[in-house]
Amino acid sequence: MKGVQGLYKRLGVIVAVLVLAVGHAGGSVSAQMLMNGAGATFPYPIYSKWFDEYTKVDPSVRFNYQSIGSGGGIRQIMERTVDFGASDGPMTDEQLKQAPAELIHIPTVLGADVATYNLPGNPKLRFTPDLLADIFLGKITKWNDPRIAEVNPGVALPNQPIIVVHRSDGSGTTYIWVDYLSKVSKEWEQKVGRGTSVNWPVGLGGKGNEGVSGQVKSTPGAIGYVELAYAIKNNLPAPMVRNQAGKFVQPSIQSTTAAAAGAAKNMPSDFRVSLTNPPGDDAYPIASFTWLLVYKNQSDQAKGQALVKFLRWAIHDGQKYTSDLLYAPLPSQVVSQIEAKLKQITYQGKPLLAAQ
Amino acid sequence: MRAGFRRGVNTVMESLTAFAALLVVLPLILILGFLVYQGASAVNLDFFTQLPKPVGEPGGGMANAIVGTLTLIGLASCLGLPLGILGGIYLAESRDRRLPWMVRFLADVLNGVPSIVIGIFAYTIVVLPMRRFSALAGGFALAVIMLPIVLRTTEELVRLVPASLREAALALGIPEWKVILRVVLPTARAGIITGVMVSVARIAGETAPLLFTAFGNRFWHQGLLQPIAALPLQIFAYAIAPYDDWHRQAWAGALVLIMMIFLSSLVARIVTRGRYSGLR
Amino acid sequence: MVQEGGAAEGLSLPRFAPSTRKMGRWGDHLFRLLIRASALALLLIVSGMVVVMAMAAFPSIKAFGWRFLFTSTWDPVAQHFGALPLVYGTIVSSLLALLIAVPLGIGAAVFLSELAPPWIRPPISFLIELLAAIPSVVYGLWGIFVLAPWLRTQVQPALGSALGFLPLFQGPPYGVGMLAAGLILAIMVVPFIIAVSREVLLAVPDTQREAALALGATRWETTRLAVLRYARSGLIGAVLLGLGRALGETMAVTMVIGNRAEISASLFAPGYTMASLIANEFTEATSNLYLSALVEVGLLLFGVTVIVNALARLLVWSVGGAVKEVRE
Repeated sequence: MKGVQGLYKRLGVIVAVLVLAVGHAGGSVSAQMLMNGAGATFPYPIYSKWFDEYTKVDPSVRFNYQSIGSGGGIRQIMERTVDFGASDGPMTDEQLKQAPAELIHIPTVLGADVATYNLPGNPKLRFTPDLLADIFLGKITKWNDPRIAEVNPGVALPNQPIIVVHRSDGSGTTYIWVDYLSKVSKEWEQKVGRGTSVNWPVGLGGKGNEGVSGQVKSTPGAIGYVELAYAIKNNLPAPMVRNQAGKFVQPSIQSTTAAAAGAAKNMPSDFRVSLTNPPGDDAYPIASFTWLLVYKNQSDQAKGQALVKFLRWAIHDGQKYTSDLLYAPLPSQVVSQIEAKLKQITYQGKPLLAAQ
Repeated sequence: MRAGFRRGVNTVMESLTAFAALLVVLPLILILGFLVYQGASAVNLDFFTQLPKPVGEPGGGMANAIVGTLTLIGLASCLGLPLGILGGIYLAESRDRRLPWMVRFLADVLNGVPSIVIGIFAYTIVVLPMRRFSALAGGFALAVIMLPIVLRTTEELVRLVPASLREAALALGIPEWKVILRVVLPTARAGIITGVMVSVARIAGETAPLLFTAFGNRFWHQGLLQPIAALPLQIFAYAIAPYDDWHRQAWAGALVLIMMIFLSSLVARIVTRGRYSGLR
Repeated sequence: MVQEGGAAEGLSLPRFAPSTRKMGRWGDHLFRLLIRASALALLLIVSGMVVVMAMAAFPSIKAFGWRFLFTSTWDPVAQHFGALPLVYGTIVSSLLALLIAVPLGIGAAVFLSELAPPWIRPPISFLIELLAAIPSVVYGLWGIFVLAPWLRTQVQPALGSALGFLPLFQGPPYGVGMLAAGLILAIMVVPFIIAVSREVLLAVPDTQREAALALGATRWETTRLAVLRYARSGLIGAVLLGLGRALGETMAVTMVIGNRAEISASLFAPGYTMASLIANEFTEATSNLYLSALVEVGLLLFGVTVIVNALARLLVWSVGGAVKEVRE
């Protein structure tokens, strides 16, 4: 019967078209290996630049990175659903114990959390540690509060409510922020504490550094914490914060590097170190390393090799892309320590890098 | 009661309900209008042919997301259509006592389950055992969403095929299964295609279940066992970001997505109009 | 008419026309098996969903028990999880949506099926169907860039100054928040309410309408006395279906609700629904208890939507069922 054959023929054509679409997309790049990673939004701008540049260095491999937040990076690498994770909050001892195998933290760049805000007229503000803590605790609720005015003499502050914006997802950027607040405010440490996801006393939640900067950008009166690159690239202010030495410091590549100076000398072997509230006149108080999380024993040789080759490129050649994107490069002592660590990454007992 | 008063009440109520209808249509006009206005200015050839650029750099497109959505729809159809159509035939033809009732009930239940819950299910039974996010997991989640729609539509339409047609074929000695495949199904074909197009329109726009199954991909996917980009996922990611260029692309993506959905609904209508009149 | 004295199970095959060829009989068995297997697959999927989720949620159920539903802290650091703010947010946003969508939806449905002149029905029905086809993420996009700014700059300040004495309208104008979520949900739910209500209204037999008209009723009176009263349970069912849809809506809500797990009396405040919590936190629950708590929230959502939808369908069928009796 004509009708029947017509039906099946039509179905066949549709299926064939779809299969071709799938096959074409797959076939044209079948020579490439795909590495999947997920995690922090903090370094996403520089990672995406790296992955784009690295395909020119080594066209046989492609890195797909989804910025779902540090919490996601930790979770997914523990579940082994990705090849590498990324986080700017170091994993806790418990989390490392829960992981199916030994995980290594590889520092990649340095960045800074800034207290960005959105006020009409874009006044230049500066903050002290207790101001920040009390704003995020919800104790200071208006922009023209006398305590803010005290630290910012001569600046016209509007009579507007402060709209706090924080992260709604598990975030290393959050970790850096609350780690700092816990160090400078006993009340914060007791009431809220540290973590990639905390019980915020006040505020709206945004997803990712992208979500928070998006929210602050579109909400007059808002204040939130984002990585420096996100603030600058979106024409949002990156205000000075008073550091432990009592000086107001501007977040920048130099002040971030200064924050890492002390830690670089005494870097622990697993690279898990906190850089917040460091000593030093020029140090910006809310800076941090960001890490890539990889398994010490790789389960796939080709992938393991691609990974360590990329990591070695990242800590050397990749560092030249940092300044454009407002991240600070790794201190040189740290780089040599990382090199040594990379040589410890193995496949079935044999180091993957020694072959180079 | 005075006739004038009653007529007055009638006019008032007619106007109120008309006003309600107007108010309902208003958001549609606002949304679609805004969408077309923003999206049309943002759509360019790059959008259809290029991959996303690194963060913060303007330009690039959503070519991989568009293909990704089509691929996911194709996958979901491969899984969901056969199950749905065969299941629908079962419901229409079977004389089992309790199973059809239960299946019908559960199909309705499944229809109402929020798609994010289906995403959790797909994550647990596809992503975790396979230890990876994949197009397959996304296709599975979408297939589960499309299943009840196809099932119920097929059942309804197979029922509508007149018994006389069936009996005539059987009287000629044709075995049952051939009767169903060669006589009943083709007669109900138009309606079944409508059901398929309706479910395709539904799953094309689904985002929530893809968040933790298909995962998203900034490049072309390689085969079905890798993460894959999808239009709704990309729109979501771009919408909540601060970059203006991403916002522009999100509008363009939304326009393309809506065009795809409207197109499939339109196809469903055209197919139905032609052949359907014989059945209803 | 052909006698259907066939086997108690299997297809309704008349006894006296069996497949005489062996191949045909074998094909029949295979086919019958195939379609029954497909139906069972559906059964398997739904029951599998419940079982899998219950298993994944078990650690959390064991740890928190019934307190899960009544605790209002969602604290991943201290590993204390309570779903109350989420349940609250889900209910409030859905109720707000229904408050707006039900009068508009049923009014529009009445207009389209009873009171409108015939030439206007097809275009408006078409437009409403288009509304139903727009995906959630597109509504969310519009919500972020059009609705929330409008609320923040025009509506919330106006409401705040006019009705600010009510706790409902207090607090800073975020733009995003419960009000935005409720409005967007209303827009998304209205087409469903209209579609189902129209079906229900059309199912009311014409005899009812004719009787009223014969007694001299106006169009509105006919609608009120003959149609609406008859279809009442079905209309309630339509509303419940809309509620079911609103409860499960994820993307649009996530984009405009403010993502804060807290109970607040104000509509201006940010909130959180069960679905948007899962969407935001699922891929990154860093501990097993955290993930388990999220799945438990999913299970809760699943249970609530199933009950609401089941109730809705019962009510809608009741009108349809009554119709059958009248006609035969």
